[in-house]
Amino acid sequence: MSSTFFTEPPHWRWLIILYFFIGGLAGGCYFLASMIDLVGRPTDRPLARLGYLIAFPAVVVCGILLIADLGRPERFWHMLLQSATWRPMLKTYSPMSFGAWGLLVFSAFAFLSFLGALGEDERRHRFSFLRPPSVIGTIVSALGGLAGFFLVSYTGVLLAVTNRPIWSDTTLLGAVFLVSSASTSIALLMLLGSRRVFLVGGLRALARFDTFVLVLELITLVALVVSLGSLARVWLSAWGALLLLGVVGIGIIVPLILEVRAHSPLSASARAAAVLVLVGGFLLRVVIVLSSEAI
Amino acid sequence: MPEPMGFYTDTTVCIGCKACEVACKEWNQLPATNGGRSKLSGDSYDNTRRLDGIHWRHVKFIEQFDAERRQGRWLMMSDVCKHCVRAGCLEVCPTGAIIRTEFDTVVIQSDVCNGCRDCIGACPFGVIDINPVSGTAQKCTLCYDRMRAGMTPACAQACPTASINFGPIRELKQKAQARVEQLHGRGERGAYLYGADEKMLGGLNSFYLLVDKPEVYGLPPDPKMPTRNLKRGSLWSALGAVVVGVVGLISLRSRRDVNV
Repeated sequence: MSSTFFTEPPHWRWLIILYFFIGGLAGGCYFLASMIDLVGRPTDRPLARLGYLIAFPAVVVCGILLIADLGRPERFWHMLLQSATWRPMLKTYSPMSFGAWGLLVFSAFAFLSFLGALGEDERRHRFSFLRPPSVIGTIVSALGGLAGFFLVSYTGVLLAVTNRPIWSDTTLLGAVFLVSSASTSIALLMLLGSRRVFLVGGLRALARFDTFVLVLELITLVALVVSLGSLARVWLSAWGALLLLGVVGIGIIVPLILEVRAHSPLSASARAAAVLVLVGGFLLRVVIVLSSEAI
Repeated sequence: MPEPMGFYTDTTVCIGCKACEVACKEWNQLPATNGGRSKLSGDSYDNTRRLDGIHWRHVKFIEQFDAERRQGRWLMMSDVCKHCVRAGCLEVCPTGAIIRTEFDTVVIQSDVCNGCRDCIGACPFGVIDINPVSGTAQKCTLCYDRMRAGMTPACAQACPTASINFGPIRELKQKAQARVEQLHGRGERGAYLYGADEKMLGGLNSFYLLVDKPEVYGLPPDPKMPTRNLKRGSLWSALGAVVVGVVGLISLRSRRDVNV
């Protein structure tokens, strides 16, 4: 028996699952917006704007969820400052410590880009310099995009840097969360943008990107199960059924079929595919977190 | 600088009286389970069942009987935090609440801990849990307050059979090795020390004399540091980011080339 089965669960449940999901959307929507802003067409800017407008409120919700989950919420700042000296508290080898700082840094970029995205309709507004193509906007967007990639993946590394069954028996959870965050964020942008006909070009590009990401997600999930070896038998249970039917079936296979059949990213089947991808992404985090918590 | 201190627990002389549990609870003023409305386990004389935030000592009762319960034996083991020389909990703690003391023991500062619970999953022995009264993670301190006053930890003081031995690690190891040889000489060839050498997490400052496999006592056969996965997990994530990023950029850029 693996030594990880002799440990106790940390009681990370629904608040943490929600954080993993919403944090994935925050980081994912930001790095998508950043990519669209940096290399997409000028007509796609409203799509990028949508990403920035989602990212900041989402990361604020993440902060609230994380604080609410603490045993002593009023001490949340102990993650960032040493309570006795007020000096910075940072352990680069502790994903939770590094992640707390990563979340703060990402929040700062998300806030700046949120300001930059607020008055887009007016073309030139007070904070338009915070978005590409201005030099400052390009720097903010590029660095924020990198921080977004960090935010969506460190949570998987955090789970791996424990001694819990499943979580610490593989090193692929960070990559799995990252790819899943990309697919759910594309799905959210497609869903929210699907009523705007003028975005059809950008949405079509996102749909193609999504097809690739969903295939990649399937590959990473297979790799995850293979990496667990004989320990994957833990998922010969209701959790495995949820992973297979909910995450792979409803969250990947059915959306892939719907996307291939959809004649337009504005169609009802494309919207249905996006909703299913979001459901699958949420269920993935439910299975990963709770299947280990239950042991 | 004081030398490393710790526990050597000889499970062969433990009688399961749980005096150590009671002494620990009394000295550390740990609350009762569910305000005293605790349920009986129903399948064992042991009703504590596990270490957690309000049980820093736990005497395990291991019943090894045949189906007819005619032949068998009881194994007793007073479990506690191992005060690992390389401590996973200390490594991951994001607030700096978990510290190593001058006695080489590992202590959670309750006034610093914010209850994030990262240490609970990181501990390879399942020792730590939340104390519902304080809302913080708690575990054995090896009676840091008593040690600073030159006193023996409450559990070792209360143990009536000297199963729990407290002292400098160097002396405890000599004593434990002598006991293993004595048991071997008496025919108990299965006796061995668990966690006394540096191969296990740099050495456990609370180590055990056992007479069966570690798993039988609910101890991991091969405990590891949680950070063993940090580099590889980060590299896979970075690779995923590169793949997603490059394909995303190509998807958006190639479309621009075609349409603009």
